[in-house]
Amino acid sequence: MNVNVQFREDGNVMRGYIEGEIDTFTAPVLRDELEAVQIVEGRRVELDLSKVNYIDSTGLGIFVAFYKKVTRENVQLRLVGLSSRLVRLFEITGLSELMSIETDAEVELKQ
Amino acid sequence: MKELQIQYKKILADYLKNQTERNLYIGQNFIRQLIQKKVTPEEVISIHKHAVEQIYPDITSEILNSFDFLIEIMVHFGLTVQEHQSLLVQQEELRIEMNVATKIQSMLLKTAIPKVNELDIGMVSIPIRKMNGDYVHFLNDEQHYVSVAVTDVVGKGVPAALCMSMVKYGLDTLEYANNNPSYVLEVLNRIIEKSVDDSMFVSMFYGTYDIKGNIFTYGSAGHEPAIYYNSRDQKFYDLESRGLLLGVMSEVKYRQYKIHLEENDFILMITDGVTDFRKQGDLDPRNVIKELALNYINLSAQEMCERMYAYLKDLTDFNLEDDFTVVIFKK
Repeated sequence: MNVNVQFREDGNVMRGYIEGEIDTFTAPVLRDELEAVQIVEGRRVELDLSKVNYIDSTGLGIFVAFYKKVTRENVQLRLVGLSSRLVRLFEITGLSELMSIETDAEVELKQ
Repeated sequence: MKELQIQYKKILADYLKNQTERNLYIGQNFIRQLIQKKVTPEEVISIHKHAVEQIYPDITSEILNSFDFLIEIMVHFGLTVQEHQSLLVQQEELRIEMNVATKIQSMLLKTAIPKVNELDIGMVSIPIRKMNGDYVHFLNDEQHYVSVAVTDVVGKGVPAALCMSMVKYGLDTLEYANNNPSYVLEVLNRIIEKSVDDSMFVSMFYGTYDIKGNIFTYGSAGHEPAIYYNSRDQKFYDLESRGLLLGVMSEVKYRQYKIHLEENDFILMITDGVTDFRKQGDLDPRNVIKELALNYINLSAQEMCERMYAYLKDLTDFNLEDDFTVVIFKK
C-alpha cells in the first residue's frame, strides 16, 4: 500500500498525478505532498485520480482539507479521472456538489 | 556496590578457572540482578576491571587503560538504555490512560436500544480498535417517536472520540427540540464546523419514526445511504439524499424525506465499514447486505444484525478494517 504524487506545471494549471491507495496509513504522505504545493491566485489546481483505486474516509479528509485551503486562496480545484467507485464516494458524501469532479469517461470524451 | 564487586570477582574467577556452561549461567543470572538494580553498562565494565585487577595483580597498564577507554565510551550506551527504560515507563502510563479513556468513552456513549411495541429495533456496533469511530444515538419520546442517529467520525482514536462526545451532547441538547432530521443535521453541522480542523468531518444518517402514523422521516449528511425494504413490492430501495458531510462548510441545508412503513417493511442503517470491501471485484457490497437481510428476514431485528455481522466477519473479501455498525428498524 503506497501513494505517489507528482506535480507538473502546465501553463496556468498545476496538475497533480496521484497513484495508489489512499487510506489511514498513506493519507499523511498525500497530505504533506499537497501542503507543499504552491498555491498561486489565478492558477488552477487539477488532481488526476485515474490511478487511485481506493480512498477511505481519512483519505477523503485530505481532499476536504485541501479543497478548503485552495478555496480560501481563491484558487479553483478540479478532480479528474475518477473511477465510478470514487464518483460514488464523492456523491454519497455530498462533496461532488461542492467540488468540481470529472470521471474517466468525461476526460476521454474531451480528448 | 562493594558486595556486588565481591560477588562478581568470585563468579569471574570461577569461570576463568573452569569454563563450564554452569559457570556461565551463574554469570548470566548475576547480570539480571544488576539490571534490576539499575546498574549501568559502564558500571558493569568498571566492576569487571576491578575484578580482573584483583585476579591478575600483574596485569599491564595498557590492558587497564583499555578498560578505562571502554568505560568512557560506554557512557552513551548507558544513557540510551536509560532513555529506553523511561520510555517503557511512559508507554505503560499512556496505556493505562488510554484504558481509562476507553472506559469513559463507552460509558458516555452507551446506547440502550429503545423498546417500542410497534417497532422492532436491532443494533450491532463493533469497533475495530479500542475506541469506536461509529456512534448510534437513540431518542424515544414517550411512545410518539423513536429517532436514531447513525454516525461515523472520520479519523480514529482519540481525536475521533473527542469529536464524538461533541456529537453526543449536540444530539442530547436537541432531544426536546423539534426533531426534524433537516433541523437536527443543520444545527449539528454548525456546531461541528466551528470546532474541528479542516480534515475532520462526521457523516450522519438521522431518522425519526412516527409510531402512530408509521411514517419514517430521514435525512443524511454524507452518510452511506440506508436501505429500505418494501415487503409489498418485495424490493429494496436505497435512501439516497446526498447531503454534505457535517463539519465541511458552515451554512448547509439538508433535505428530509418521508416513507410510509407497512407491515414487514424494514430499514437498514449502516456505516461505510459495512460496505467497505477493499478488494471488491465484481461483488457489490450493498447487494451482499441486501441478500443477507432477505435470508434473515424472519428473524428479529437484533438477530438480523448479529447474523449479518457474523457472516461478513468470516467473508474473505470483506477485510474488516473499519468500525462496523448496523441498525435495523423493522415494522
